[in-house]
Amino acid sequence: MEVGQMQRAWVEYTRSLFREGFLDAQFQQLQLLQDESNPDFVAEVVSLFFEDSERLLADLTFVLEQQNIDFKKVDAHVHQFKGSSSSIGAQRVKNDCIAFRNFCEEQNIEGCLRCLQQVKQDYYLVKSKLEALIRLEQQIVAAGGSIPMEELSS
Amino acid sequence: MANSFSSSCSPSMKFDFDEKPHVLAADDNLIDRKVIERLFINSTCKVTTTENGKRVLEYLGLADGQHPNHNDLKVNLIITDYSMPGMTGYELLKRIKESPTMKEIPVVVVSSENIPTRINQCMQGGAQEFLLKPLRLSDATKLRCHIKKLNNPLQGGFAGEDDHA
Repeated sequence: MEVGQMQRAWVEYTRSLFREGFLDAQFQQLQLLQDESNPDFVAEVVSLFFEDSERLLADLTFVLEQQNIDFKKVDAHVHQFKGSSSSIGAQRVKNDCIAFRNFCEEQNIEGCLRCLQQVKQDYYLVKSKLEALIRLEQQIVAAGGSIPMEELSS
Repeated sequence: MANSFSSSCSPSMKFDFDEKPHVLAADDNLIDRKVIERLFINSTCKVTTTENGKRVLEYLGLADGQHPNHNDLKVNLIITDYSMPGMTGYELLKRIKESPTMKEIPVVVVSSENIPTRINQCMQGGAQEFLLKPLRLSDATKLRCHIKKLNNPLQGGFAGEDDHA
């Protein structure tokens, strides 16, 4: 694929991620923070998000498997997850966390377990989409092109 | 904890390193620390990030048992998350405002939760501003204006010291 095609694919793919609610305006803010002096900013933040999320999901799974669930701990983890997903613009994950916290407050085990499943699902979905997006960006840059951020505002 | 501080500055800036305003930020969320860092470096500031309030106090020389030494310290703005383990952003704010030497530093509190009583509490406590997370470029621009207004980055407690305002 030549650069122009890849760039168009990038624009279409990014737009679809916003349209389908996987990402929100905060992700765009992060893209705007990236420049020539920091060409890998988005990839770095995304990578940190993946590491952080996977740790949080493992912790959540562990806490919810216990005989006596410590809802305070669950809430603390979900709060963190809500924070990072919000900061990166992972909208579906963030919304799942909001619902999750409500069940925590009610100490509703069923609800929490359902939310854990939901948030895992949405996390892995957005993860694969972000990975695909970043791969595409890297291909564009490797081919000597630049990421057409300005196309997104039209 | 190793690496609880992280300092960076943008290499492309042309003016003297010492002239760049220094932002000290506290947030227990790793992603938020990275975003704050980038937001302010892009706004031509030097940024130091920490994980919690205790680290901020240590940095400022205000922790229990410390003897403040302000000779080299220059902080133009403190940004703190509200919800942090150990000490909330509000508690940190109070400690800073109670310090005769550090109280002039503007403190901005950020939070992911929009709770009016919390906002009032922080504003009453002397916060310069209270912002909702996630922070955006426009927030950094807004906060940059607060920095400009503060001519003397750090009011030292030493009378008769040569101050270049």
